[in-house]
Amino acid sequence: MIRQRTRWIPTLILLIGALYCVLPVLWIVIASTKTNDELFSTAPFLPAFNGGFWSNLDALFSYNHGIFGRWVLNSVIYAIGGGLLSTAIAGAAGYALGKYRFAGSTMLFRAIVAAVLLPQILLAVPQFLLLAKVGMTNNYASVLLPQLVSPFAIYLCKIYSEASVPDEIMEAARIDGGSEWRIFRSVGAPLMMPALVTVFLLQFIGIWNNFLLPFVMINNDHLYPLTLGLYGLMIITGGQAAQYSIVIAGVLVSIIPLGVLFLSLQRYWKIDLISGGVKL
Amino acid sequence: MSGPRTATAASKSRSRGGLLPVALVTPAVVLLLLFTIAPAIYAIFLSFRRMKVGKGLLGGGKPTEVWAGISNYTSTLSDSEFWASLGRMLLIAAFGVPLTVILSTLFALCLDAKRARLVGFARLAIFLPYAVPGVVASLLWGFMYLPATSPIGGDVVNYFGTKGIFFSVANVAVWGVVGFNMVILYTAVRSLPKELFEAAELDGATEFQIAVRVKLPMIAPAVAMVALFSVIGSLQLFNEPTTLKPLANAISSTWVPLMRVYTDAFVNNSIYEGAATSFVLIAMTVAATVLVSAVGRRIARRSTR
Repeated sequence: MIRQRTRWIPTLILLIGALYCVLPVLWIVIASTKTNDELFSTAPFLPAFNGGFWSNLDALFSYNHGIFGRWVLNSVIYAIGGGLLSTAIAGAAGYALGKYRFAGSTMLFRAIVAAVLLPQILLAVPQFLLLAKVGMTNNYASVLLPQLVSPFAIYLCKIYSEASVPDEIMEAARIDGGSEWRIFRSVGAPLMMPALVTVFLLQFIGIWNNFLLPFVMINNDHLYPLTLGLYGLMIITGGQAAQYSIVIAGVLVSIIPLGVLFLSLQRYWKIDLISGGVKL
Repeated sequence: MSGPRTATAASKSRSRGGLLPVALVTPAVVLLLLFTIAPAIYAIFLSFRRMKVGKGLLGGGKPTEVWAGISNYTSTLSDSEFWASLGRMLLIAAFGVPLTVILSTLFALCLDAKRARLVGFARLAIFLPYAVPGVVASLLWGFMYLPATSPIGGDVVNYFGTKGIFFSVANVAVWGVVGFNMVILYTAVRSLPKELFEAAELDGATEFQIAVRVKLPMIAPAVAMVALFSVIGSLQLFNEPTTLKPLANAISSTWVPLMRVYTDAFVNNSIYEGAATSFVLIAMTVAATVLVSAVGRRIARRSTR
């Protein structure tokens, strides 16, 4: 009797949790099928099939001469460019700190751990002021550059390289006459792949989701990422309910790429690295 | 890196490599100096500066930057609106942090429960909000709260009222992070030795007892870490209230401390006071970090005893 019952309690809790997390997203999917009038007149969890979905998408992508497409492209540029570069930088630094000891390496690692605790968000204002001094704000670089180095990513790569690149293999490669650079390229980097994929995804999501940095750095709406564009769209339409369906379609479009990325790469990235790497 | 044996073995192989390790860390160090250390130092400098308006006729003439001593700090600390914004942030944290920690722990333990169903689906579903950008999550919930579009009774409950708004903002924040923390805790549960649970089961412990008496104390350090991240996260609260602001009259432009920093720096053109406020916040973050990790360590020590 007890066995029968206990199995349903955790299942029920999980289902309620899943419902809580999925319902708003589901509502957006349903709401995106409705025209503005239907949005206020039909049942909230019943989709409409009067072509509202396509007309919303059409309205979204033709809004202000198709600027929404530009925002999608910008987000892709920021997230893929920043993600790849910051992964390479963190991978290289993490490998060096994990597998070699050199003058200042311990101190450097401590500084990086301290920087993990430094709230990035509080740096945005001075970052803007410094970049403004050298006339580098309001362009792609001003959003990309500050996000290229992630102390947390370096930390993860250091921990992972220590655990998964054996000294014995590096030693064997040295005996075979491989240069240190070749050992990094053909032994270290491939062994670190799971960590690198994870770091890339974390960075990709972090940059894709970033709001404050572009909010501070950019005032040309052609350089906006999706998040900032949607926020602007919401401000414009804030007073007038007539534009809600465009924003709803925009929200849907900004969720889909990450959802797809998540589901398709589920197997390759190791979130347990994060919990294994971080210890109090 | 612990034993003396590994230390000597390590130093033998690790001191090799010549210039390569230095070359590999150089890009990271340069970027860290330029975009983290330099802005931090510059912000410290600015926090002790102020603008002095020139002494021309009618207060004209060029304003110049002069030393301000600690006046920016005193004006932040003596400003009642600063303390009010801090209070609002703490109120949201008082909802958000326990809710995040309890829910993510509960979900992680349920995921690990022996006879639970639909585990794969639930894990993915609860993790999904992590993929939704914070700003988009706020817009999403904004529609859920708005009386005109709300599917969750926005015409009955005033989600944007002076009291409801705290719950509404905390809810968006919790929704966004609960899945990520759940996965961290679930991994911690999964890495515990299975023999312990089997032994407890042989002793006649129920699944519930095992979860609460065996698993929970053993993942206490991970729970403390999740709590620490949540506390730090709530000190940095900015996106959610900023995005909900156009919809909710209850949110002012200095509603939480970071919104005040932003308003100071970019609306009021008073970067100096904004910088001082930033450092007051950083000091509080450090204090919170130390406090939570000390508590966490104490809990961990007690649970291993």
